[in-house]
Amino acid sequence: MELITSLAGELRTVLGTVLSAAPFIIGYVLLILGTLAVWKVIRQFLQPRRDYSALKTVTFGDESAVTSNTVASVISIALIFVLWGAFTGSKLLPGFLHVPGAFTGEGSFTYTAQGPDGSTDEATVMVRVFPAGSEADAPEAALGEGFAKDDGLAVQAYRSELLRFDDNDEFTRDDGASVVAIDGRPVEAGGPGVDVGFATVNVTGRGTLNITPDTGWQMEPIWLPAPEAVWSQLVKISSDGFRNSTLAEHLGYSLFRVIVGFLLGAIVGIPLGYAMGLSDWFRGWFDPIVEFMRPVPPLALIPLVILWAGIGEVGKIILLFLAALWIMAIAARSGVSGVRISKVHAAYSLGASKWQIMRHVIIPNSLPDIFTGARVAMGVCWGTVVAAELVAAEKGAGMMIMVASKFQSTDIVIMGIILIGVVGFSIDMLMRWAERILVPWKGRG
Amino acid sequence: MSDLDIQKLSMRFDLPGGGSVQALKDVTLTLKEGELLSVLGPSGCGKTTLLNIVAGFLAPTEGTITLGGKKVTGPSAERGMVFQQGALFEWMDVRDNVSFGPRMRGQKPSQYRDEVNHLLDVVGLGDFKEKAIYELSGGMQQRVALARCLANHPDVILMDEPLGALDALTREKMQGLVLKLWKETGKTIILITHSVEEALLLGERLLVMAPRPGRIHKEYRLPFAETGVTQDLRQVKKTAEFGAVREEILGMIWDMEEEIMGRQEGA
Ligand SMILES: Nc1ncnc2c1ncn2[C@@H]1O[C@H](COP(=O)(O)OP(=O)(O)OP(=O)(O)O)[C@@H](O)[C@H]1O
Ligand SMILES: [Mg+2]
Repeated sequence: MELITSLAGELRTVLGTVLSAAPFIIGYVLLILGTLAVWKVIRQFLQPRRDYSALKTVTFGDESAVTSNTVASVISIALIFVLWGAFTGSKLLPGFLHVPGAFTGEGSFTYTAQGPDGSTDEATVMVRVFPAGSEADAPEAALGEGFAKDDGLAVQAYRSELLRFDDNDEFTRDDGASVVAIDGRPVEAGGPGVDVGFATVNVTGRGTLNITPDTGWQMEPIWLPAPEAVWSQLVKISSDGFRNSTLAEHLGYSLFRVIVGFLLGAIVGIPLGYAMGLSDWFRGWFDPIVEFMRPVPPLALIPLVILWAGIGEVGKIILLFLAALWIMAIAARSGVSGVRISKVHAAYSLGASKWQIMRHVIIPNSLPDIFTGARVAMGVCWGTVVAAELVAAEKGAGMMIMVASKFQSTDIVIMGIILIGVVGFSIDMLMRWAERILVPWKGRG
Repeated sequence: MSDLDIQKLSMRFDLPGGGSVQALKDVTLTLKEGELLSVLGPSGCGKTTLLNIVAGFLAPTEGTITLGGKKVTGPSAERGMVFQQGALFEWMDVRDNVSFGPRMRGQKPSQYRDEVNHLLDVVGLGDFKEKAIYELSGGMQQRVALARCLANHPDVILMDEPLGALDALTREKMQGLVLKLWKETGKTIILITHSVEEALLLGERLLVMAPRPGRIHKEYRLPFAETGVTQDLRQVKKTAEFGAVREEILGMIWDMEEEIMGRQEGA
């Protein structure tokens, strides 16, 4: 009961988040529809004559006629980079496309202090807001007249800074002095802040001033670095390396684990699948094991594998071997069971022996299924190796982004994620290409 | 003498849920070398079962089959089979499919190359030797299947609705081809078909089977296959004699189907 109540609470939180994201999603969809409308108008100018597909009588319902629109893909990718650049103030993007950034530069406000005797005096605070990664001194402030003296303060963008205004005043807070107004607007300790144009200033419970410069709409580099920062990290890490290993070494180690683990899984899994497809004894023997192990996500095995084999290469390769093994065994099994009996009959009545049928009918007939399995297995292995490296590794793509995140090097994290995606995509493309070359009859039996 | 002798053949299938189906009962038939027998009958009367037993894919519950005095105990190269569709090997090109039998017997390319090329020319696929199977039309695929069977020199060719999946025009052409090949090679052929016209045109002998249990209902000796070798098949079809036999057999099969329906309604 308690569980249900707490889960319901979690669900409310999640739905709340989804709802708060809804305006953005709706806006995005409207943007897509808007570009579609624009594209239609443009296309009418480009190609006044209707193309063949526009002559179809059925314009809806023939899903097989839907192909990917390249223009939409290009716009979609470009938009991702434009949004990324706009929200990070990227230098690759003309300034007018940037969303308002965090305030940097100089600004000032006044505060009104009240002395213990009830008299008030005004003083000016000069604030210098400097971007992250640079340093700046507090501006010199003339002391001014009266018991409250002018102050100078340096604040890093996206941070806030406390100002003990009374350090140089004639009355300190211990004497009973306090700030009663900012820029002429009354404030009280612990109360809401005052907008002074470039920042928000409020009086803390202890009477000091807290200055928070405006952050604007842009993301702080620690959350999301600009594209060029990611790119320059890529350049830097590919020449200097990261954590004593070059980028090629990190990716190479990950790929090495995947390939060795996958190959071992295939070398054991394919014969196992064949045995299961050809012999009811083997099938009975291994079916319970395979059917149980298949739904266990390889990631769930990580703790056990670390306990048994440690965090070295052996443990990772065992993990990937297990990830590939069941997939390959099941693919080979269904490849064998999927053979049309008429093909086997035909081969027998053409005089083939059992061994020849195995060699010339059953094995080639199972290749398309095995290739499908291999593609799935490679994808799963790549995902598993990255996850395993997140947990524990000396080298590897996953280790790289995990360590970088501990040091808050978001640019390296994003670069790593992009590289992991690119490698995964390339693996899949390579497998598809091999499939087209090696089993061109796939799906055309 | 490679006569095919079928004696008192019965086949009962035990169903997994208990009970059994008598697919064939006491089928006796002798086929002389070089005869072309076509088999007709309503759906489910055991035609495919009969052919599978002759091919050796199924063991009969009773009865024996001998070919040239030798008892049939399993599939073998002397009994070739042409399936309705889907029995070609997609991972081989046309030529490798056709030369499959000789290659399995360990022949060298020099031994079978000329004949394979010749057979492909005969079935009109001389220009498609290197094509992949999935690049061919249905009719072309059936011609490959025919050539593959012939390249293996079987004594008996078994065909289970080999032309069933083809369009009318292609089918007509293929019927002519089957007749021509039969005449040229002198093979014993058993041809199962659902088309009465096809059975009449191609069969030297015609077997009409009846269902439940599957048995021989009536046998005919027909003259049309002989004339069809020299004459246009369409002309043969137009003769009065052809029409009369066709009507008789159609009526017979129709009655059988009605009886089945009646029995099912009564049950
Ligand atoms: N493997 C099997 N197990 C059980 N029953 C079977 C099996 N094969 C065939 N039968 C039954 O035997 C009977 C004859 O089947 P068969 O396939 O020989 O008929 P057919 O004359 O070839 O029919 P069609 O013209 O539709 O191809 C049918 O009643 C069928 O249900
Ligand atoms: Mg002061």
